[in-house]
Amino acid sequence: MTNAIFTGLMLGGMYALIAMGLTLQYGVARIMNLSYGEFLVAASFASYWLFTGWALNPLLGLAIVVPIGFGVSIILYRVLLTPLVRRAPTRDALEVDSLLATFGMMFIVQGIMLTMFGGAYFSYSFLSIPVTLFGETLALNRLIAFGLAVMFGLALYLALTRTRFGTAIRAVAVDPSAARLVAIDVTSISAFAFALGGAMVAAAGVLVSMFLTFSASSGVIFTMKALMVVVMGGVGNLLGCLVAGLALGLSESLVATFVDPGLTLAVNFALFLGVLLVKPAGLFGRAQR
Amino acid sequence: MLSSVKRLAAGLVAIAGVASLSAIEPALAQTSVKIGYALSRTGPNAGGAAVTTLPNYEMWVKEVNAAGGLKLGDKRVPIEVVQYDDRSSAEEAAKALDRLITQDKVDFILPPWGTGLNLAVGPILNKAGYPHLASTAVTDRAPELAKRWPNSFWLLGTSAGAANALVELLVKLRTEGKIGDTVAMVSVADGFGIDLSGAARPALTKANFKLAYDKTYPVGTQDLSPLVNEAKALNPDVFIAFSYPPDTLGLTEQARIAGFNPKIFYTGVGTAFPLYKGKFGANTEGVMGIGGWSGDSAAIKDYLARHKAASANGAEPDRWASAVTYSSLQMLQQAIERVGKIDREAVIKDLQTGTFDTVIGKVKLENNLPTKYWWVGQWQGGEFYGVGPAGNEGSRAPIVPKPAWKAP
Repeated sequence: MTNAIFTGLMLGGMYALIAMGLTLQYGVARIMNLSYGEFLVAASFASYWLFTGWALNPLLGLAIVVPIGFGVSIILYRVLLTPLVRRAPTRDALEVDSLLATFGMMFIVQGIMLTMFGGAYFSYSFLSIPVTLFGETLALNRLIAFGLAVMFGLALYLALTRTRFGTAIRAVAVDPSAARLVAIDVTSISAFAFALGGAMVAAAGVLVSMFLTFSASSGVIFTMKALMVVVMGGVGNLLGCLVAGLALGLSESLVATFVDPGLTLAVNFALFLGVLLVKPAGLFGRAQR
Repeated sequence: MLSSVKRLAAGLVAIAGVASLSAIEPALAQTSVKIGYALSRTGPNAGGAAVTTLPNYEMWVKEVNAAGGLKLGDKRVPIEVVQYDDRSSAEEAAKALDRLITQDKVDFILPPWGTGLNLAVGPILNKAGYPHLASTAVTDRAPELAKRWPNSFWLLGTSAGAANALVELLVKLRTEGKIGDTVAMVSVADGFGIDLSGAARPALTKANFKLAYDKTYPVGTQDLSPLVNEAKALNPDVFIAFSYPPDTLGLTEQARIAGFNPKIFYTGVGTAFPLYKGKFGANTEGVMGIGGWSGDSAAIKDYLARHKAASANGAEPDRWASAVTYSSLQMLQQAIERVGKIDREAVIKDLQTGTFDTVIGKVKLENNLPTKYWWVGQWQGGEFYGVGPAGNEGSRAPIVPKPAWKAP
């Protein structure tokens, strides 16, 4: 039982980590980023390349890949998405526009990765050491990914709720026109939130590459998982993202252990549907106008 | 101003002229042999196609053209490639092959990767009369399809063959007293896993093995620790996983972390990939998996070296379908050169009846199917040698029990 719970928490932590960037991009900047998974895989490739080519520890590699993720996202927002933001009459129109634009972006990023690395699977092992925690044997790299997911989640949550800048970000998420009235620069805050989401997905990509097998075509799977967690937790809410991720991970692990491993997908989607039926805006979300 | 009669006469002369010109055309020499294929460059099949099929196709074309081309009669004609990305979709593969046949008018077509896509394009190739050398398809329907489509050759065997060969090996090891009766089996809930576990279940029961754990998991499951921990708790002698590459790696990793050391540890697709050796290094010792090859043969060693030299990033072939794919290309080449011209019907006939010299040895098909397959391989000393069927030429003795996992 304890094993199933620990496994579930770690899996859930990984899901939350993967989804955190998207909740920022979708919740604040209102960009439905369909190329999200591709950026995660790109970060995984970067980590793989640094580890196998330069023997650089992925945890140190974070210091290189995360700022690059931030930078690339800012450029992407300024070049590709700002024109869409400017001409979108409503937030919903922006969602649709950005969905189409990022859909195209997905193929571009996937194509670049295919050209650089080919379509084969890649995998490396880092810190794949068993550790014993409360009598249960767990993989150290997954434990670290879980730990960092919780840390990032809490740090971002505190930054968003306890700092002035964080409150400005939340104001933009709730109502951008009203935010403009109180002298909040909505455009640069949205760009910052998008880029912060890009930094988060880069971190997630580096961390999960330590134990997952990936290929240039794996991006879609991650986008779908992230989308599920984000919608279930409430768009734009980091704590919701964490809770939803953990709930999905735990349910998957418990069902795999006590019922049947074949039902993991079914229970994930059942939980997803159940939450949305009871709370359509997600666990911590509030209904958008 | 021409009169209407003169105009009509001029028109008839023009038409006759064009007609006679086109009658001369076929006599012009064939300057290239057009070979077309659609491969999964993107999508879920991209991983498999990139390891097993694409490097072999490209290497073969490069080698043939370096020698001047295919020998048609007394001259050599280079190969011209037309290729498409089927995006891992059956509809796209079918559309691409239609395009290759009707628009690009290629002379020969190389098949796509995987069982699903080969089954999807089978009817198209049959209707158009192209030889279909399916080297990456494992299906129980192979004998039936070979009969229905005499132009098709199913070179990787049936799921029943795979499962039965594995169970036969297990029975042999049990008779030798090396293993007991308890088996734990997991399979991916997709074609491959369903087919093979469906064949293995009755075979194991008939051979009086105790199937203590028999579960499936969805494709793309990222955390397999519940399965491994459950299996470990039952302390089986044999662990069988009919898995796909990401889960093969995941199960092995998880087994190592949990310290799960059954006497026999068998995983599915991916065990024969160079990626497996790259990730697990010395820990591959003793791991069994589907596939295998005659690693000691000179032809295979030479093929391995050439593949490394020709591929991007020095990629190695996989130790199962790669060599079979390359040998199918050798068979196609030898058949074309024996026929001496682009005559697909004659080439098909030659493939059905001829004997071929390939990297996997001499091949003569019976009813469009090979007479021997490598079904169980084992990593021994850094190479994935074929160990089952034990009667195959070049078969090595299996190492049982598998040495315990070492710390990385």
